[in-house]
Amino acid sequence: MPSLSLHPSYVFSLRSEPLLPNAPSRLLTSVFISFTRTSRPLRVSTREPNFTEEYRNDVVNGRVAGAGAPAREDPLPEGLRRESMPRHVAVIMDGNRRWARARGLPAASGYEAGLRSLRGVVELCCRWGIRVLTVFAFSSDNWVRPKVGFSSLIFFVFGFLVRFLSVEVDFLMSLFARALRKEASNRRDIRVSLIGDSTKLPKALQKLIESVEETTKNNSRLHLVVAVSYSGQYDIVQACQSIALKVKDGLIEPEDINEFLIEKELQTNCAQLSRPDLLIRTSGELRLSNFFLWQLAYTELFFAESHWPDFGEPDFIEALRSFRQRQRRYGGQDP
Amino acid sequence: MGEDRFFGSSLTILRRFLFRILAVGPIPNHIAFIMDGNRRYAKKQNLEQGAGHKAGFPALMSMLKYCYELGVKFITVYAFSIDNFKRRPEEVQYVMDLMQEKIEGLLKEESIVNQYGVRVYFVGNLKLLNEPVRVAAEKAMLATANNTNTVLLICMAYTSSDEIVHSIQNSCQEKWDQMQASKVNGACNGDICKQEKERCAIKLVDLEKHMYMGVAPDPDILIRSSGEMRLSNFLLWQSANCLLYSPSALWPEIGLRHLVWAVLNFQRNHSYLEKKKKQL
Repeated sequence: MPSLSLHPSYVFSLRSEPLLPNAPSRLLTSVFISFTRTSRPLRVSTREPNFTEEYRNDVVNGRVAGAGAPAREDPLPEGLRRESMPRHVAVIMDGNRRWARARGLPAASGYEAGLRSLRGVVELCCRWGIRVLTVFAFSSDNWVRPKVGFSSLIFFVFGFLVRFLSVEVDFLMSLFARALRKEASNRRDIRVSLIGDSTKLPKALQKLIESVEETTKNNSRLHLVVAVSYSGQYDIVQACQSIALKVKDGLIEPEDINEFLIEKELQTNCAQLSRPDLLIRTSGELRLSNFFLWQLAYTELFFAESHWPDFGEPDFIEALRSFRQRQRRYGGQDP
Repeated sequence: MGEDRFFGSSLTILRRFLFRILAVGPIPNHIAFIMDGNRRYAKKQNLEQGAGHKAGFPALMSMLKYCYELGVKFITVYAFSIDNFKRRPEEVQYVMDLMQEKIEGLLKEESIVNQYGVRVYFVGNLKLLNEPVRVAAEKAMLATANNTNTVLLICMAYTSSDEIVHSIQNSCQEKWDQMQASKVNGACNGDICKQEKERCAIKLVDLEKHMYMGVAPDPDILIRSSGEMRLSNFLLWQSANCLLYSPSALWPEIGLRHLVWAVLNFQRNHSYLEKKKKQL
């Protein structure tokens, strides 16, 4: 096996069209692209990265803000009012690769730019008092089954995929740590949770996620929920399976099953506010792509034309202004 | 009078020609409509309370006609949500009476049902409806059960949450009954037990089987009139990958141009979505 590795600056692949026709999956495509377009040397590191240790060190050394930091909300921009701000915003971070392609850059640059954009939005949410921010990083639909006949190539590349993903998240986590360190003087504190089928992620990554969730669980400024390998339909199915187990064990009757029970079993129960008030999808695509189905029952949807790396403060303000003008009736009387 | 008829037929011919052109590309199999904006229309036109819903009915008939002419096989409309019961009782009663009148009208000879061979389904928690409306609905479903050309799903007393709860209840009940039956059937030994456990685990297909909307494929386009950009608890499960379109026209003002725009957009994204479906 040749020695190859991926530069830690590659970040999550997000939904967009495959760049190569007939490519088995978008992530594999992005790996191929990085192969062909990057000028950086590719080496496989033989050391299993220990993200958990590095992250714990950051916590111990006070580089990650802890609980008890007082809330400090900045004044809102022109046209926004605190009482009409959404409390939970969800974002589908779409268009990183298209953004890169439009500039003749490799996909990796698109992801890096996307991450900068995410950091910016997290920052704005903290400043403007938004309590929960959910970001759709990676859909379970992105784990595409490889076609028969590709098997050996897939094994070869899958090894990359695993390292690719873990290096990406490592980068993401260390980026959060760095960002938090930078903001330590303002004493912002962010609670991080992950939703989705984490069993598909590498073990080291799962441990890191558990560690981060544990360390940040008492932070209360902003709850950042990252959806990785998540699917709205899968979430409902797993909630149903949990309920079915309870029925089997005689804890509840089938007739007792109601919306409240289901809501408790969904993966979004980790957040105090599980239903988003506002969903933003970038790059002009007018669909939900199997993200948050149950939770979007009364959510206001906003479709932004710009790609995710270009989504900055003005675009966010536009989305919030649009939200402010919505008349939310929930099917009932006029307000 | 003759001029009006001539004008009318010319428009029809033009429309059919336009549909022929559209049909060169892929045509959506299933379009869903949220008929929003009737009350605002009534206010705008200074009509009396409730008259907006009546004004919305011809718009519905036109849209159905256009869709069926275009070749769309399934159409779903959000007629009445469980949340709408929260409105003023007079308004709820008015809408119920209107729906009963229109459902009975569907069964008449000259109605759209017979013109296009439409099979009608009433989708939702029909037990929540009052007796006359429920009876009319069941009669209409029975009367059109043999039609096979096109399908119309009318969502009444429907919310997606209620549909999912109902589906989970039924799936759990079914698996519970299966488990009880297999216990009765005899002793469990090793492998068979494991297989039984597998069979009893609830999967996605089980949930879909028990959905009210299980009689139709997922919608390709969801059109909500009046410019509101939200789902309002409609087809949450089924709209995972469908195109969402929200023209600012109120429901009684909706027209052919909105449908054409939606279909063109659908065609633009179609090849990418088909590729994605194949990959899954």
